[in-house]
Amino acid sequence: MRLCLLACLLPFAAWAADDGAGYVRVPGGNFTTVLAYEDARGPLRIAPFAMMRRPVTNAEFLAFVKAHQAWRRDSVAPVFADAGYLTHWQGPVQLMPGAQPAQPVTRVSWFAAAAYCEARHARLPRWEEWEYVAAADALRRDARADPAWRERILAWYARPSSSALPPAGAGAPNSYGLRDLHGVVWEWTEDYSALLVSADNRNQGDPDRSRFCGAGALSVADPEQYAVLMRVALLSSLGGSDTTMNLGFRCVKEIS
Amino acid sequence: MERIVSLLLLALVVTLAACDRAAPDTSKAAQAPTSGTTGGSQSGDFGPPQGEPVKAVLTSPPAVPPATGRTAPARVIVELEVIEKEMPISEGVRYMFWTFGGTVPGSFIRVRQGDTVEFHLKNAPDSKMPHNIDLHGVTGPGGGAASSFTAPGHVSQFTFKALNAGLYVYHCATAPVGMHVANGMYGLILIEPPQGLPKVDREYYVMQGDFYTVGKYREKGLQAFNMENAIDEKPTYVLFNGSEGALTGERALTAKTGESVRLYVGNGGPNLVSSFHVIGEIFDKVWYEGGTHFQENVQTTLIPAGGAAMMEFHVEVPGSYVLVDHSIFRAFNKGALAILKADGPDVKAIYSGKEVDETYLSDRASANLAAVATAASAANAGALTVDEQVKAGQALFAGTCSTCHQGNGQGLPSVFPPLAKSDYIAKDPLRIADVALRGLTGKVNVNGQDYNSMMPPMSQLTDDAIANIATYVLNSWDNPGGRIMKEQVAQRRKEAAPTTVATH
Repeated sequence: MRLCLLACLLPFAAWAADDGAGYVRVPGGNFTTVLAYEDARGPLRIAPFAMMRRPVTNAEFLAFVKAHQAWRRDSVAPVFADAGYLTHWQGPVQLMPGAQPAQPVTRVSWFAAAAYCEARHARLPRWEEWEYVAAADALRRDARADPAWRERILAWYARPSSSALPPAGAGAPNSYGLRDLHGVVWEWTEDYSALLVSADNRNQGDPDRSRFCGAGALSVADPEQYAVLMRVALLSSLGGSDTTMNLGFRCVKEIS
Repeated sequence: MERIVSLLLLALVVTLAACDRAAPDTSKAAQAPTSGTTGGSQSGDFGPPQGEPVKAVLTSPPAVPPATGRTAPARVIVELEVIEKEMPISEGVRYMFWTFGGTVPGSFIRVRQGDTVEFHLKNAPDSKMPHNIDLHGVTGPGGGAASSFTAPGHVSQFTFKALNAGLYVYHCATAPVGMHVANGMYGLILIEPPQGLPKVDREYYVMQGDFYTVGKYREKGLQAFNMENAIDEKPTYVLFNGSEGALTGERALTAKTGESVRLYVGNGGPNLVSSFHVIGEIFDKVWYEGGTHFQENVQTTLIPAGGAAMMEFHVEVPGSYVLVDHSIFRAFNKGALAILKADGPDVKAIYSGKEVDETYLSDRASANLAAVATAASAANAGALTVDEQVKAGQALFAGTCSTCHQGNGQGLPSVFPPLAKSDYIAKDPLRIADVALRGLTGKVNVNGQDYNSMMPPMSQLTDDAIANIATYVLNSWDNPGGRIMKEQVAQRRKEAAPTTVATH
């Protein structure tokens, strides 16, 4: 906590020196999530926070594993990262030619991503924070009602993932100044596991109502929500040690 | 955090599965199957699997795996990989398909009633999306969907006993379900009855699906999925086996006269119901809805989205039989068309081909043929202009040629060659007259594409009419222009006559 307070007193420019990505201050606000929370009807209150301008790159993650041996792919505990962890890198501490330094890092587990952020005195964004900033387009903080916003997201799904990832931060900034929230990689959230109810939880209460048919039809009644739901579906399919070729992350810091 | 944990799951891992079948009717549980029925799932358990596990043979469409040939329940291992890949949806048009096994529809699975199926669903490491599978042939909540939810680069396993015989659709049931299905995530699983199915000479696997692209029909390039149109149920394409031309030309289904053919036809949807019909055949038997009983002597059978049917027919007469969705604009304007080519000697006693072709003059002169009359009188007066010929040709074209070559002269890819901007015509404009007089059978290359079908002679048309049609074609759709006179046609007809006779 003290670290955070200290950090928050520093100008943001100083953080940029720490982190190649730099952070952008995101003002708080009220936000209507596409998810239906049982105990919170109406808009959520999002507290202000600072978020990395773009996803973490291979080069940045390489510096991290060099400094933290335990997260090298040849020494990471299997419980923290699956067999695919950083396998696109040439070696445990070598990127090229499989991975370019400026590309967003992928094939990282939730544990590794969380450890990276922690080492930066930051944390992974919570789903509602991520969704809040991802609702923006270049001009508006909440562009979700605009079909063009959704089309852009859906267009990414139609692009083959066999082509190389662009450098992180190459996309146009949204109204907060954040880049690549859509269209490059999926991103871990701190509470991704809360987006999945385990097999056990499903059997409690009234699983059919919450999971099948009717509920599904209701939740997709608004086509605007499709694009976001697919991200939720992806995150909900994962375990903490899982890695995929299209999944990276970025960190946030709290502002008090 | 507690709030998050207690998220109402409305939005998550949504599967369509449970609505696909009704709960077992427990009121009948104690009843023995009445005679004439199979007894359904209550009679489908033949005990534990026997012998070594068997690896299922999976086939890509239009192939069907061989009959299981088993007489006892087995443990069958199915390994199916989900692959997201770009493939052509029409000529020059690409689409990002999501597939079971790398094809649309997905691999055909064939097991026997009573088998225990150990299902491995793999999701390729380079997939963007998580996927799962709901097999309509599974008895159990979700049809396997909940048990097979698989992240990219993972594999899931679940096991079910195939209690009900029949032909069943399988599909992805990951949210948004409609989008996964619209991108091609469906296929068929056949659960053979214990005695197997009657032997036939050929079996084929065909599946209809509707597709929604941002670009218009046949707009070139990589086309993205169009959610709005999918919700509005306005497909850009309606296709058999995932692409226009998947089952035409070189890739047409084949058979020989005297053979029996069984089609396994599914409809993946996501939206449309198919009025499945084979032009020129009558189904001797249709196992409607993919179930146990068959109807006989059927022209067109309905196949619901998420449903299937088996049909058998015996091929008597050679020729091309066209498989269509008889909601017919889908066939000729959205791609729902496939060909089964039957080879063999003519059987004139069953089908003669054209026997009589004479002029028939209605007592009601058709108004839209006024241009033809004008041209005819001008020709007689020796004052026929190109413009009059074009106008007359246009009216005649609309009744005779446009049926196949289309009103815009574009033809239909792989089936009917285009007349528009045609290099075939440009090379020798008199070919229009020759083809009209003699017909055209066999391979021909037009604008870089091979066509191999049969156009019957249109020799019933007068020299006048053919000259006018040819002149209309030459002066339309970027063709080189010029005119054909009736004297030229008459000359060709004279030359053509002996060859036509000789070939018959």
